[in-house]
Amino acid sequence: MANEQQTQGDDRRQVVIRAKGLEVGYGKTVVLTGLEFEVRRGEVFVILGGSGCGKSTLLKNMIGLYEPLAGEIELQGRNLVGASAAERREILRGIGVTYQSGALFGSMTILQNVRLALQEFTDLPPEAIDLIARMKLGLVGLRGSEEKLPAELSGGMRKRAAIARAMALDPAILFLDEPQAGLDPITSAELDQLILSLARDLGITFVIVTHELASVFAIADRVLFLDGKRKTAVAMGNPHDLKRNSKDPLVRSFFRREVLSTEQPA
Amino acid sequence: MGATTGSGRARAEVREEDGVLVLALAGHLDAAGTAEVWRPAESALAGLGSRALRLDASGVDYADGSGTALLFDCLQRAKRKGGGAELVGASHEVRSQLELHDPELWCEQPAPERKSDGLIVEVGRATTDAWKEARELIEFTGAVAIALKFALLNPRSVRWRDVVRVSERAGVNALPIIAIIGSLMGLILAFQSAIPMKKFGADLFVADLVAISLLRELGPLMTAIVLCGRSGSAFAAELGTMKVNEEVDALTTMGLEPVRFLVVPRVLAAVMTTPMLAVFANLCGLIGGAVVFLSFGHPLVSYYRQVQGAVTHVDLLGGIFKAFTFGVIVAAVGCARGLQTGHGASAVGLSTTRSVVSGILLIVIADMAFALLYYALDI
Repeated sequence: MANEQQTQGDDRRQVVIRAKGLEVGYGKTVVLTGLEFEVRRGEVFVILGGSGCGKSTLLKNMIGLYEPLAGEIELQGRNLVGASAAERREILRGIGVTYQSGALFGSMTILQNVRLALQEFTDLPPEAIDLIARMKLGLVGLRGSEEKLPAELSGGMRKRAAIARAMALDPAILFLDEPQAGLDPITSAELDQLILSLARDLGITFVIVTHELASVFAIADRVLFLDGKRKTAVAMGNPHDLKRNSKDPLVRSFFRREVLSTEQPA
Repeated sequence: MGATTGSGRARAEVREEDGVLVLALAGHLDAAGTAEVWRPAESALAGLGSRALRLDASGVDYADGSGTALLFDCLQRAKRKGGGAELVGASHEVRSQLELHDPELWCEQPAPERKSDGLIVEVGRATTDAWKEARELIEFTGAVAIALKFALLNPRSVRWRDVVRVSERAGVNALPIIAIIGSLMGLILAFQSAIPMKKFGADLFVADLVAISLLRELGPLMTAIVLCGRSGSAFAAELGTMKVNEEVDALTTMGLEPVRFLVVPRVLAAVMTTPMLAVFANLCGLIGGAVVFLSFGHPLVSYYRQVQGAVTHVDLLGGIFKAFTFGVIVAAVGCARGLQTGHGASAVGLSTTRSVVSGILLIVIADMAFALLYYALDI
């Protein structure tokens, strides 16, 4: 296999996501092919690559929005590909997703946004649902904004509210699409800390699509590096190791250029 | 001796030890388990009084966000009652989850403040809103008038490709519905009038009634109402979505006036297509009336002569001028409501509804004004 593969971390942990011979794309257009990877419980797994390399397409296949062209995706041991509608709903209930724009329901307050899944899928009494929703919002630093509509929030606050909503049902896996986009550095660092603590303390697995290299180095256990031209993953491993040891020129230049630019004095 | 509640997933046991109320939670505190023991725990705490609470979580083998919320709620309720609270036997995972939440932040749950402003303030607010809306509409009318004048003086500035595209969608594509409603309107008018008129031997004049009603009034009015529901709402939704997506802001910052760029092509398309649709509706209505007329045993030539004698080109042109005005109203109101859209998907829905309601209202008011004008001018 030409791809550079590095394995890190504790391999004894349970595998919660497994991609086998995965090929993704639109119609007959193949965007990425030959993807093989596993993500373990409590791991922060970052999908990295240049613009247009297929990061979001891969993510949408992993969360069941698109059907892969070939191969399999297992979430918590159950294959998403070829699952019936009922099985698919059951599998997807174990995951939470946040989208780039936040995708909050505009006609509801953010508290109502977080409450929605709890109301629909649990038998908890209303005051319990209310407290859980408020605690989730408190976790992402939105205490005091519970009664606001999404339109009344800044872009960064909307992103945090979306994370709170995704966590409402305590999913085992959280997929975050560009979570740091639109956040100031302090909030972004706080979010990194939150992701780390949720992963370490609660064992939540994170799959994150991001461009923020500072966050990647702060939180990622492993990264999957995609190349749109070669239409496949060209490297996988710990970001610090990849930065130091990767022999792939694209991976090297990607890390060096962006790291160099962030290390320049203001 | 304590009381145990709950079933398979989770259990809650309440007992007293040395003046301390012990609430022992056990089992799987996920959403389902927590739902089983939430009420029993709440009842136990209601009888806490001034005693201290010992929350025993040694039997909890798993707690997710809902289980954590239950533990948190118990501890905070007990602390608020002043007797103190302690958590014992909790696993590292459970403690870690609890520590993610700042207890100081959650000691008090302020009830959301909701106070009524009173009738006078509400009336004042409604009046201000109505005045603001009227002013916006007047400003918008002025902006459209200026943009239309500019377009007439500089025809090359108009985005004719957009005008053709909108004309096709709002005009050509509306032909089937206009044909159906127009012909049925003629048919219904003829039927409803034929029965009483036949009693007086005046059934020949059904043709006159249908022709005058359609050409002067119903053809343009019905066309405008259909157009308002079909195209005015589409304009509002399209421009509203652009507003929500900040596309209108992008136009403004690019130096392009939204009114000239978005509203003028739609208004021009509407004023060109509405009169034609009204004429088409008249024609379909007359055909519908003719069907009834023939079914009463009269020849077609009688219908033709009656119609020819009943209406003149003044009636036709009067109706077309009405349709022209209604077209301006439909397009302008639809676009105005679209550009007034607030934030979010619900705002687009609201704008669409408002465009239809205010469009139909303004059409009827304009129709009344035309009735008075034509009466005064003896048309």
